[in-house]
Amino acid sequence: MATVTVNGETTDITAEETIGAFLERSGYDRSKVATAINGLFVSRRDYDNRTLKDGDEIDIVAPMQGG
Amino acid sequence: MGSALYPSPDVMRDAIEAAGAELVTVALRRQSPQQASGSRFWELIRELNVRVLPNTAGCRTVKEAVATAQMARELFETNWIKLEVIGDDYTLQPDTAALVEAADILIKEGFEVLPYTTEDLITAQKLIDAGCRVVMPWGSYIGSGRGLVNKFALQTLRARLPDATLIVDAGLGKPSEAAHAMELGFDAVLVNSAIALSADPPTMAEAFANAVEAGRAGYEAGLMSPRDMASPSTPTLGTPFWHAGT
Repeated sequence: MATVTVNGETTDITAEETIGAFLERSGYDRSKVATAINGLFVSRRDYDNRTLKDGDEIDIVAPMQGG
Repeated sequence: MGSALYPSPDVMRDAIEAAGAELVTVALRRQSPQQASGSRFWELIRELNVRVLPNTAGCRTVKEAVATAQMARELFETNWIKLEVIGDDYTLQPDTAALVEAADILIKEGFEVLPYTTEDLITAQKLIDAGCRVVMPWGSYIGSGRGLVNKFALQTLRARLPDATLIVDAGLGKPSEAAHAMELGFDAVLVNSAIALSADPPTMAEAFANAVEAGRAGYEAGLMSPRDMASPSTPTLGTPFWHAGT
């Protein structure tokens, strides 16, 4: 087990889970969000390679109105 | 034109169509899997068939702005980015040193960077040197509706940067202020609050569009130079009751 922060909320994850697996397990459509881990962008093509680590801070964003 | 603060998505769509806007700004925000508002909004924007300009609103550091731009590129499928790096929470004044640094990084990564900046000439020159083809100085604080606070500096930007595309980005409150920006020789204006917070956004959007057209035509026609004293427009020759020396 490891603990990560997702959009500011603390969550437990299974060991060796990739960001791609985490997104799917959490109900995100990976084609409709973008992510960053510890403030660095993670491209969709890396979702199945990037394994989450204890203490990772994950941001998951979607389109929104803006000025 | 901005896509935020409208009373409803339908009003936003009607206002964007009424303005005939060529570029619509959008943003990124954290979202939980239960929320579908992001994809609904994105579908609505896509149906409008306009070019989108994602922003990095809320970013305070170079690292945040660069990561946000990279996320926006993937999500909105465009390499255009409205680059904002904010230095002060109360005025939302750009941190111009960080802005230039972030612009430099993003341009090297293939982005078309449209930076939101102040009216400072040297910052604008540095942004152009970094590779920005567009510079977007504020008229006044974002959302303040105070118009063009420093017209003289905006005029200087136009005079010193004749080849850059210049867009007044923030602070416009009235259509007349958009016309004024265009009369100064700016290439476009970016408006959100003044339209979205009006009583009738589609009508206000059309008013802004008309003002932009009028201001641009005025600039192209060549404005007369101001004079210090009156100069009669009616011919003086043949004025009745005129006597030499009286």
